[in-house]
Amino acid sequence: MLHRLTLAELSAQLAARACSAREATRACLDQIQRVDGRVGAFLQVDTAGALAQAEAADAALRAGATHATQPLLGVPLALKDIIATRDQPLTCGSRILEDFVSPYDATVVEKLRAAGAVLVGRLNLDEFAMGSSTENSAFQRTRNPWDLERIPGGSSGGTAAAVAAREVPAALGSDTGGSVRQPAAHCGVVGLKPTYGRVSRYGLVAYASSLDQIGCVTRTVGDAARMLGVIAGHDPRDSTSVPETVPDYTAALGGDLKGFKIGLPREYRVPGLHPEVQQAVETAVAKLQELGAEAVEISLPHTQHAVAAYYIIAPAEASANLARFDGVRYGLRVEGADPIEMYKRTRGAGFGAEVKRRILLGTYVLSSGYYDAYYLRAQKVRTLIRRDFLRAFERVDAIVTPTTPGPAFKLGEKASDPLQMYLEDIFTLSCNLAGLCGLSVPCGFTRSPRLPIGLQLLGKPFGEAGLLRIAHAYEQATPWHREQPPLLQD
Amino acid sequence: MAAPHLDIRSVAHLARLELSADEIERYGAQLDDILRYFEQLKQVDVSGVEPLAHAMPLVNVTRPDAIRPSMPHHEALRNAPVRGHDLFVVPKIVE
Repeated sequence: MLHRLTLAELSAQLAARACSAREATRACLDQIQRVDGRVGAFLQVDTAGALAQAEAADAALRAGATHATQPLLGVPLALKDIIATRDQPLTCGSRILEDFVSPYDATVVEKLRAAGAVLVGRLNLDEFAMGSSTENSAFQRTRNPWDLERIPGGSSGGTAAAVAAREVPAALGSDTGGSVRQPAAHCGVVGLKPTYGRVSRYGLVAYASSLDQIGCVTRTVGDAARMLGVIAGHDPRDSTSVPETVPDYTAALGGDLKGFKIGLPREYRVPGLHPEVQQAVETAVAKLQELGAEAVEISLPHTQHAVAAYYIIAPAEASANLARFDGVRYGLRVEGADPIEMYKRTRGAGFGAEVKRRILLGTYVLSSGYYDAYYLRAQKVRTLIRRDFLRAFERVDAIVTPTTPGPAFKLGEKASDPLQMYLEDIFTLSCNLAGLCGLSVPCGFTRSPRLPIGLQLLGKPFGEAGLLRIAHAYEQATPWHREQPPLLQD
Repeated sequence: MAAPHLDIRSVAHLARLELSADEIERYGAQLDDILRYFEQLKQVDVSGVEPLAHAMPLVNVTRPDAIRPSMPHHEALRNAPVRGHDLFVVPKIVE
């Protein structure tokens, strides 16, 4: 049953030599074998590599290595298949990179390895992280472990589903507009998006460079604090990473919430909000007040324009970033009579529908004659959105909202209407536009069908420690994180 | 005011994307819908507002110009669709 332990529990067992890294890894590989045929979280499982890493961890433990210096020693983890890992696939969920093998490790992977982690495999995602349901993967559908007819969220759907299904205790994803928090909410687990610049993006395949950030999915808030402590920090290879010291995030946990002020944005009570989600969030706010926090209403007046600003800025950056996939240096090539024809055929055959839509949209809003009306205006609206938040954070320590407007929807339900799918991100994407940190923590379930609901906490730039403390106090006072998906009961 | 419209063939050419007739029709309609949704941004008063390209106020980040190991040749070529003589091979560009 080692695969059912949280990261903290498993580290404690490994440190006490109550189990070996090999046993822990074997337990996760067995669980993947047992459930992943139904869940579809993994694109690739590196069984031999994982067992070899586990044996190396066991050898290190025997030689006296400790979890004080290597906090993840012997802990099996998995990565969204958009984070470069040496000699492993890096498909980004795309046909265009179907056969790509990464020649190097991302900085976060170097950090995980240095901390002693065992990397077991690659997790499914929306193609190039563009989507909210993981249905845009070129390779397979991932299903929500709470209801196999429903989506796990996206774009880090494989990441959230694997943690919810107890295939690994923690996994990394990436969050450009909610892609860690939204699937975490739909799968009943914790998703943390650190502040832009907190974690190096070196080795994260770029979607929208001014918004992308690597984040983690775990079953508890304490585990998120541990993961962040490992992956955070300045990296000279990412000039947008910020040289701020990394605090001890686990030391920040504990205690009540006296003196904490939480803000409730009045603009987030949108018409499309599912009544049971609203109810769960209101109950969660009452719980935070019971724990000592003071709740005040705040205003984020430009909220209604965030989706439009995001879906101009992110596709604009994507259209530039994805220009590198041209059939020359790596990936798929479809031959043509001249280079232009080769580029067009390669990209036409290699990219899926959503990626093509966003490239077209991004190319259009950046093109001569439209740049000012769309891209420049969206960047100005982005300034106003950031200003709203910074003003609010003068009064409050955290902002509390639902993570998603409703629970996980059915596969195929929104696939034919891109705009409806974009509105799924309404509560999460402002955080990326404004450069904040955010996390989603389970806060209840809908009645029938029984689906997880996520509570989103947003914090000021580099305010992760405060957010984790609030989320931890809430989690310890509620039962949600101990619930298991029905999949685990058979 | 005319509804916003994206000339999908010319944009696809700029983006170097080959699209089928079916894709042109489908994406064209979807993108026009999305552009209509973007129209709301015209209501926002942005006079005197500076654009934000980036959420972090980092400017002119430099590093020492020191020689560091780089990716070996064979590693850089490992994923090339066509290679030869230690080079990427591309279709003929000039006659």
